[in-house]
Amino acid sequence: MGAFDFNVIVKALPLLWEGMQVTLLLTALGILGGIALGIVLAVMRLSRSRLFRNLAGAYVDLLRSLPLVLLIFWFYFLVPIAVGHPVGGFYSAVIGFILFEAAYFCEIIRSGIEGVRRGQVMAGLASGLTQAQCMRFIILPQAFRAMLPVLLMQSINVFKSTSLVYVIGLRDFLTAADLIGGRDNRLTEMYLLVAVVFFVICWTASQAVGLLQRRIAP
Amino acid sequence: MRYNWNWSVLFADPYLGWLLSGLGWTVLVSAAAWIIGLALGSVIGVMRTLPSPIARAIGATYVEIFRNIPLLVQIFLFYFVLPELLPREMGRWLKRDLPHPEFTMAVISLGLYTACRVAEQVRAGINTAGRGQASAGLATGLTLAQVYRFILLPLAYRLTIPALTNEFLNVFKNSSLALTIGVLELTARARAVADYTYQSIEAFAAASLIYASISFLIAFLMRRVERRARLAGTLAAGTH
Amino acid sequence: MTKTAIVAGAILGAAFALTLGSASAQEFYGALKKIKDSGTIIIGHNEDSPPFASFGADGKPLGYSIDICNKIAAAAKAELKLDNLTIKYQAVNGQTRTPLLVNGTVDLVCATTTNTFSRQKQVDFLNTMFVTGNRLLVKKNSGIKEIEDLKGKVVSANQGTTNEKVLNELNQKLNLGIKVLSTKDQPQGWIALETDRTDAHMTDEVVEYGLIAKAKNPDQYAVVGRLLSFDPYAVVIRRDDSAFRSLGNRVLADLYRSGEWEQIYTKWMSTIGQPLSPELKLLMSMQNYPD
Repeated sequence: MGAFDFNVIVKALPLLWEGMQVTLLLTALGILGGIALGIVLAVMRLSRSRLFRNLAGAYVDLLRSLPLVLLIFWFYFLVPIAVGHPVGGFYSAVIGFILFEAAYFCEIIRSGIEGVRRGQVMAGLASGLTQAQCMRFIILPQAFRAMLPVLLMQSINVFKSTSLVYVIGLRDFLTAADLIGGRDNRLTEMYLLVAVVFFVICWTASQAVGLLQRRIAP
Repeated sequence: MRYNWNWSVLFADPYLGWLLSGLGWTVLVSAAAWIIGLALGSVIGVMRTLPSPIARAIGATYVEIFRNIPLLVQIFLFYFVLPELLPREMGRWLKRDLPHPEFTMAVISLGLYTACRVAEQVRAGINTAGRGQASAGLATGLTLAQVYRFILLPLAYRLTIPALTNEFLNVFKNSSLALTIGVLELTARARAVADYTYQSIEAFAAASLIYASISFLIAFLMRRVERRARLAGTLAAGTH
Repeated sequence: MTKTAIVAGAILGAAFALTLGSASAQEFYGALKKIKDSGTIIIGHNEDSPPFASFGADGKPLGYSIDICNKIAAAAKAELKLDNLTIKYQAVNGQTRTPLLVNGTVDLVCATTTNTFSRQKQVDFLNTMFVTGNRLLVKKNSGIKEIEDLKGKVVSANQGTTNEKVLNELNQKLNLGIKVLSTKDQPQGWIALETDRTDAHMTDEVVEYGLIAKAKNPDQYAVVGRLLSFDPYAVVIRRDDSAFRSLGNRVLADLYRSGEWEQIYTKWMSTIGQPLSPELKLLMSMQNYPD
């Protein structure tokens, strides 16, 4: 007991890499979809229509009030019913992540937009731009600059939280490692490996975001 | 879809009792982890603002380690890996003699993770409160410890109430991960009801309703606290 | 067992009458219609229960239950006269298997699921494909012989299984004061025992032999005590789908009759050192209903 055997990792590399690909794909789709839906929600939350504001607000509040573990299960179960035909476990999880992360991205984008000074919008409107043009040419570029680091940090969080698909047995990096560790009776080595891999990726990414933040800071 | 609805299982014995005891453990795990997170997070946050480069380095290292590993993996490391790395007797003590080993390890793990997030908020709060406040305090003859105790920390906490509320809600939600090492908290109990009765939708709806209600209640209460604690002259107080 | 046989026989007979009546029309419904329309059958399986359902070096599912489900898929292909049938695999666990079956993500679940009446309220089962029961997995040097020896000790069982249910019930009935650790899956139950976190792991006897077979020191462990429960394993399908159930049961009956089942049994159970017992052989042979 206690004798660690890292040989098992070498043998498991192909399966681990497959798991990492699932993790990366899940992350990429979660971020892209989450930001796209997040923009829609943020615009709704800032719109003049009370209905839109309340709808988007309720959506964001509800999704942020529930544990992701519970939501993953819900979406895993409900997405095929909503779509009307089975879409497979992976896509159920992807849709779940998009819907969940959108609530967080929405708040980041909203506060970014709200951070742009009102005077600038007034000036834009006064110079003859329409509301939409103001949004497109004045607000969004500035807001985007301000929120970029936060968006990137949240993206790292998405990467970390994809590990929760463990609870539905979708074979991402952590689940693959867990399954192999269980099968070959080497759980401790596998958990250590997962921790190191996640740390190296997330730490490198967050250092890069830090550098970027310093460069674009006014 | 052929699904046989049966909401009455939620109120049947023993399932209602399971959900209630699950809620109890969820509250216990969250509260205990929050106390650790807030206390340790404040210490680490303060360390990151101290003049001493060693203190800053320790604080920064702590935050980087705990921030960059998924919480679920951290829980596994504490529960499964740590006891095997320690000397045999200590490992055995962690696994056997510790009261409620699953609960304790979940609380410690969740608490340490939360601490790194609280630390970032406290540091931001202290930096916002400003060097000016600190030098003014030092000039009036207070020691550095007193400056933190009486000036910087109270200001920082008041400034960061919304962020800290968010962190508390995160602890509450993250406590559901304790189920992976066998703590029978709310989500675990909902899953058990689903497994035993095969009425999955009902069980998960009940758990979701409980989580959402408590989250909304906390958010509502903290908004009132926040309003009372607002600092005169800051932007937050001036917007209304 | 005989009751089940009679009931299953009656259902099978009724199903036959139905298929005979509509044989010319060839109107499919339920899972068979779904499989015909999509050209795909989706097999749900778990991954933590060798030799029933595990995965190989290439990551593909394999095991006793998987072999049987592949036979069912082949029979569905023949029944539907399809030129091509895609077989997809979807990993499930105790929490996801029912919802994924009900919402159509999988068409059948091939794992180590015990057929129980409470589960039949939500899903349906094919005839029995294996019979086992709960016993105790312990370290040999612990001296534990029966569940009564576990007074005040720590015992693990997996979340949401019939094993956990039985353990909790016996704990209460015999007033043992056992501290129950709810483990997530078999590997976690195993590692808890291996690292002395628990004194025993309680699960189905056959799974315990599977766990011992891959231990670092297999001779340190033992399966002990009397049978604490009766667990007939069966493939899970959606409710109210007698055509698909009939097809599945016919596959099982053919396997039992032709002796092919014994080959599947030997192929997988020899990996854990479990020869076929006359009792199990008799139980299975009782299900080879005539064509």
